[in-house]
Amino acid sequence: MLAGKLNGRQQQGPLVRGRLRPVWEEEPTRAGLATKGVVLVGVCLAVLFPLWVVIVTSLSSVKTITETGGLVVIPRGITFVAYQELLGGGQVTRATIVSLCVTVVGTLFSMTVSVMCAYGLSRSGSVLHRPFLFILLATMFFGAGLIPTYLVVQGLGLTDSYLSLILPSALNVFNILVLRAFFMSTAQELIESARIDGAGDFRILWQIVMPLSRAVIAVITLFYAVGYWSAWFNASIYISDPDMLPLQNIMNQLVLKQERPVGLAQAINTGGLSPLAIQMAVMVLALLPVAVLSPFVQKHFKKGMLTGAVKG
Amino acid sequence: MVDTEPRTKAGAPRPAAKKKRAEAVRAVKSAGGITLRHRLRRDRTLILMTLPAILLLVVFAYIPLAGNVVAFQEYDPYVADNAFQAILQSPWVGFDQFQQMVNDRLFWSALRNTLAIFLIQLTLFFPVPVLLALFINSFVRPRVRAVAQAVLYLPHFFSWVLVVTVFQQMFGGAGLIAQTLRDHGHDGIDLMTDPGLFKFLITFEMIWKDAGWGVIVFLAALASVSPDLYEASAMDGANRWRRMWHITLPALRPVVALLLVLQVGNALTVGFEQILLQRTAVGPGASEVLDTYVWNVGITNGGFSYAAAVGIVKGIFGLLLVLAANKVAHLMGEQGVYKK
Repeated sequence: MLAGKLNGRQQQGPLVRGRLRPVWEEEPTRAGLATKGVVLVGVCLAVLFPLWVVIVTSLSSVKTITETGGLVVIPRGITFVAYQELLGGGQVTRATIVSLCVTVVGTLFSMTVSVMCAYGLSRSGSVLHRPFLFILLATMFFGAGLIPTYLVVQGLGLTDSYLSLILPSALNVFNILVLRAFFMSTAQELIESARIDGAGDFRILWQIVMPLSRAVIAVITLFYAVGYWSAWFNASIYISDPDMLPLQNIMNQLVLKQERPVGLAQAINTGGLSPLAIQMAVMVLALLPVAVLSPFVQKHFKKGMLTGAVKG
Repeated sequence: MVDTEPRTKAGAPRPAAKKKRAEAVRAVKSAGGITLRHRLRRDRTLILMTLPAILLLVVFAYIPLAGNVVAFQEYDPYVADNAFQAILQSPWVGFDQFQQMVNDRLFWSALRNTLAIFLIQLTLFFPVPVLLALFINSFVRPRVRAVAQAVLYLPHFFSWVLVVTVFQQMFGGAGLIAQTLRDHGHDGIDLMTDPGLFKFLITFEMIWKDAGWGVIVFLAALASVSPDLYEASAMDGANRWRRMWHITLPALRPVVALLLVLQVGNALTVGFEQILLQRTAVGPGASEVLDTYVWNVGITNGGFSYAAAVGIVKGIFGLLLVLAANKVAHLMGEQGVYKK
C-alpha cells in the first residue's frame, strides 16, 4: 500500500528523490515528529499491552504468578501447562471444538446464501429483482425485537440445537449489499460473453464473478466468521445444555464470573496449575484465530467498507 | 410460445381482438420487449439463487415482526407446547402492557440510562475516529500507516466477552492497576464495579474496541481529496493548519453527517451485549438500558408480553429518530442515509 495512493499524493508531479512529501509541503519540525511518534506508540501500546499481559500470564508458571502477585508483565519461566490442561479434553476443549464447528459451518452457510442472493440481485432488470431487494432493505430499518425472535426460534423447536446458533443470525443484509455492489461492478461484457458461450448463472457466478471478487469475498467471509466466533448471546438464551456451549460462553463463566473450570479443580487445588493462567489461556484461545486471520484480509478492508458506504 | 390470440376462422384478427393485441404489445414493450412468463423462465436461476436468503429473512425477520402481537396479549408460554400455538391461545388485552409501561419506574430509569449513555458516547466516542484518521493521515510513510492501521483495527474483531475480560484484567479489583497500586502500598481500586463510573467505563471500552475500526471510512474520505486543492492553497500561502481547516475538514463533512445520522438512529440501542456482561457487577440502577430491560423482563422473568411492548416502543422511536436525523442532515445540505 503506497502512501501516495492513499493520500492522493501520487499525481503530485515530480517528487524529489527519496522524499515522500510534495515539494510545497513544509518539512515537519523535530519536535512535531517526536510528539507524533510518542502519540503513535502510546496509541498502539494501549491496544497491544493488555494483550501482551494476557498472553504472558497464560504462559507463566504458578511460581512466577505468585511472585508477581497476579498478572505478569515480564515473561519468566515460560510453561504451556495451562494450555495442556485446557486442551487435554474436558470443558474448554469441547467448547473450542463447538466454536470452531459452528464458525466453519455457519460461515460456509452464510457465505453460500449471501453470495447467491447478492448475485441473484446483482442483475437489475430481472423479474422480482425489485420486490426481493425491498424485502432485504426493509430489514435494515426495523428490527423485530428480542422477544418475538426468541419466540419464533422456540416455536421452530430450535432451542438446544446448534441450528439456533447459526440460522437466526445467518444473514447480514449489509454484507449482502456490499457483495451485490461488487458483483454489479464486474464487467457486464464478461458475463454476456459467458452467457453466449452457454454458461448458466451458477457457472458464471462460480467461474467468472467470484474469482473477480476475491477481495470482497475474503472480507465478508472474515466478517461472518468473526461474527460466529464472537457470538455468545444466542447461546446464552437458546442453549441450556452446558456441554453445547461455545468458547465465548465458557470464557464468560470462567473469567468474568470466576467459576472454576470443570475437571481442573484438582490440579488447581494441588498448586500445579494457576487459575489465573487458566483464565488467561482461555482468553488467548478466544483471541488467537481472529488475531491471526484479520491481518491477512486487512488490505481489502477499505475496499469492502467503502463499497458498502457508498452504494449500500 | 403458444399463440393465445383469439382469431376468426379465416385467421384474420377480429376488430376487438385487434385492440386487445395492441394493448398486449404495449404491455410487452414496456416490460422490456418480452412477456412476464418468458422473463420468469429466463430469470428462474436468479430467482432460485435469491430465494434461500429471502426465506431466511422471512422466517427470522418478518415472522418475528408479526410475533410482536404478543405485546397486545397476556402471553402465556405454558398454554401450549409450541410458542406459535401459545400465541394463538393467549388472551388479548389490548393496550394494557403499554399502559403499564407508562407507570413503570424501571422503564423510565432504563430509558434515562440509555439516553445518558448515548449522549456520553456521542461526545466522547464519536470524535475519536475522526481525530485518529487525521493523525494517521499525517504520516507519509506507508509502513507507519500500515502498522498503525493493523494495530488499531485488531480489537474490532474481538468479542465483547473478550474485551470486557481484558478490561477486568487491567482495571478490575484483581487487575494490573490495582495490583501495581497495592505493590506500592496504596489501596487497590476497582473501576469495574463502580456504578458512578459505569457509563464512562463502557464508553471507554467501546473506544478501545471500535474507534480504530471507525477510522477506515474517514481515511477513505481523506484519500479522495484532490491533491490539487492542497497544492493550490499552499501556493496561496496557507500553512498546514489552514489547509486542514479549509480543505481536510470540509472533506470529512459528508461522512461525519452520515455517521451522525446512523448514530442518532441507534440512540436507543447502546451496548447491549457489553452491558449484559457487566450489569451484575454494578447493579441495574446504573446499567439497565432498554435492551437489557427487555432481556431481563422477557427472557429472564418470563414477562414476554410486557417486554415485547417495550421492544415495540423502542423500535418505533428508533425509526422516528432515523427519519428525523436524516431530515436534519438534508436541511444541512448533506445526503444522509437515503436521498430525498
